[in-house]
Amino acid sequence: MAFESLTDKLQNVFKNLRSKGRLTEDDVKAALKEVKMALLEADVNFKVVKQFVKSVEERAVGADVMNGLNPGQMVIKIVNEEMVSLMGSETTELTFQPGKAITVIMMCGLQGAGKTTTTAKIAGKLKQKGKKSLLVACDVYRPAAIKQLQVNAEKQNVDVFSMGDKHKPVDIAKAAIEHAEKNGHNVVILDTAGRLQIDEAMMAELQEIKEKVTVHQTLLVVDAMTGQDAVNIAKEFDEKIGLDGVVLTKMDGDTRGGAALSVKAVTGKPIIYVGMGEKLSDLEQFYPDRMAGRILGMGDVLSLIEKVQIDVDEDKEKQMAAKMKKGKFDFEDYLESMNQMKKMGGLSYILGMMPGMGAKMGDIESMVDDKQLSRMEAIVLSMTQAERQNPKLLNPSRKHRIAKGAGVDISVVNRFIKQFEQSQKMMKQLPGMLGGKGKKGRGGFPGGFKLPF
Amino acid sequence: MSEEKLGFFGRLKQGLTKTRNNIVNGIDSVFSGFSNIDDDFYEELEEILIMGDIGINATTSILDRLKEQVREQHIKEPSQCKELLIQSIKDQMHVESTAYDFEKEQSVVMVIGVNGVGKTTSVGKLAGILKNDGRKVLLAAADTFRAAAGEQLTEWANRAGVDIIGGAEGSDPASVIYDAVNAAKARNVDVLLCDTAGRLHNKKNLMEELRKMNRIIDKEFSGVHRENLVVLDGTTGQNALQQAREFGEVADLTGIILTKMDGTAKGGIAVAIQSELNVPVKYIGVGETIEDLQKFDSDDFVNALFNVHGEAESGME
Repeated sequence: MAFESLTDKLQNVFKNLRSKGRLTEDDVKAALKEVKMALLEADVNFKVVKQFVKSVEERAVGADVMNGLNPGQMVIKIVNEEMVSLMGSETTELTFQPGKAITVIMMCGLQGAGKTTTTAKIAGKLKQKGKKSLLVACDVYRPAAIKQLQVNAEKQNVDVFSMGDKHKPVDIAKAAIEHAEKNGHNVVILDTAGRLQIDEAMMAELQEIKEKVTVHQTLLVVDAMTGQDAVNIAKEFDEKIGLDGVVLTKMDGDTRGGAALSVKAVTGKPIIYVGMGEKLSDLEQFYPDRMAGRILGMGDVLSLIEKVQIDVDEDKEKQMAAKMKKGKFDFEDYLESMNQMKKMGGLSYILGMMPGMGAKMGDIESMVDDKQLSRMEAIVLSMTQAERQNPKLLNPSRKHRIAKGAGVDISVVNRFIKQFEQSQKMMKQLPGMLGGKGKKGRGGFPGGFKLPF
Repeated sequence: MSEEKLGFFGRLKQGLTKTRNNIVNGIDSVFSGFSNIDDDFYEELEEILIMGDIGINATTSILDRLKEQVREQHIKEPSQCKELLIQSIKDQMHVESTAYDFEKEQSVVMVIGVNGVGKTTSVGKLAGILKNDGRKVLLAAADTFRAAAGEQLTEWANRAGVDIIGGAEGSDPASVIYDAVNAAKARNVDVLLCDTAGRLHNKKNLMEELRKMNRIIDKEFSGVHRENLVVLDGTTGQNALQQAREFGEVADLTGIILTKMDGTAKGGIAVAIQSELNVPVKYIGVGETIEDLQKFDSDDFVNALFNVHGEAESGME
């Protein structure tokens, strides 16, 4: 883990404080110093941080500390609420023209933000919704940009309109819309070249497209790793071109993504999608409340749950959920879930998304390194079918055999089985969590998962 | 030729000026707007440094050292403080005289980094520069993942007039490297430039793939001058440090290419990276054409960053 979580830091700040009942000014100031550091580490723009910390301070000083919370947790609660209200509390969807009318979407942003990839990803997403998209290659500058769009579009099975690199983007856009009208497309997505916001000539090119062509949605594609400059980028694009929404890319990295807050604070425009990987299916809805947690370093447990839901094969998930409810999670399922876990990017990735893991991460990582996992797998594979399905069969002599088969000490087998029993208990509580899709607030988790605030 | 030369410096200056203006304007107003060195003064400095993406940690240590020096040397004037701050950042930026030896020797340069930072473009530009210097250059298109990455590099190879070894989309990049290394040996190439696929530094498998490619070069081409350059986007914030750190884990970094420095981003992350990881910035990208990849000189850079325009310009000409 790159960062000690804010939760842990605040826990330390307040360790020696005994303030009960009300938050004093000193308490709040001490806590907000840490909040400020966390936000700056997360690349939130300095001015945005200053403003934000001020508004939290005003709210927090003198606030009652709620029952069951310590002062640190109370501050985090307020910080989180303020952050969510700043990020916007609802998800925003793209809007479309009514009926058969064509919706024109224009993508813009800096070089390398991920416009072309995102264009293809959005087309795929819209296809699922029954839209017929036409992707338009308006990047006539970067070598092979057109080819990249064509290859990605082919993978998504959507149409591309290109006139090569010898025409002006605005003419390509116009011709594309005519083409779309004739061929029954109802969404046209213009993939434009990357440009710096201070490049007047290039910005004028986008302005010209917007003048000559009716663009319904202009989306700014922003790299989630962008630093302090995010405010300048967003402001200039918004002022010169006019934005309707934002797509945040490369969120599958380990950046805290403070740029999201900066962009939102400067433009007030909603973030619509988040790019979460290199596969063309890796585009997700944006959930402001989860982003707030991530920027603050408070984990992203809700996103994790969603990821679990999507990646897990649906039929298997149903079977497994049924088993879990009955507490009949056996070693076969354990193997299955290990495979699922590998698909999701490994255990440390998942743990990294859990809140409050910061401090314990070291322990956990040493406990569950990859070798350990494959050893556990070996243990399970050394069991008979019957043993896997009915762990109760495991008597000492069977355990000895398994230990030999897996090439480990008997104590390892014992420990593993004990851990398994514990996780079995935990699994019984999982259905409540998995069923809670879209549920607001984090208080809804069963007692087994203690949240940091 | 002289016109081209002018363009070269003009471009560098132009690129840097955009970078410089913001910090310089800020710094100047701070130094002139305060008559005393007090907390407000330091806070203002902190803001400028952080706004330049230098990062909270590097900023704190720069300011701590500044405060100490101010105390020790009984400095009262904010303008004296300016000199100290410049020196202080120079110290942080200082690295062993940056080696561009690989440009002269037989070498293999692997260019790595996260997605969209400008690896392919940088490789293309570097190929052009080295070719102009009379070196025999070969490109390895080991980005077999991103759609049309190979075509993009081929276009650059054509522009530069150098050969390229590629693989089909989806093929094993390590095999491309293997082929390229052997081709480089057979054709007696001076510099082999390897373009790799963008990968986020927290993707374990992709990082292992890179480790493998690095190993293959070591094994197949022992004794050659090795250069692993990580490309970092100048607009990236604190994550760039983490990127440099993680890429350094799988392949020993010998330098950084800092791109997109012609925007309003201030590139302060270079200060943080040099001070924390001691990996020198070797090139900066300040535009889209082949001449827009410049050798990085940390001293000049810091001077340019802090000097008022007149001084900087005369120093540059």
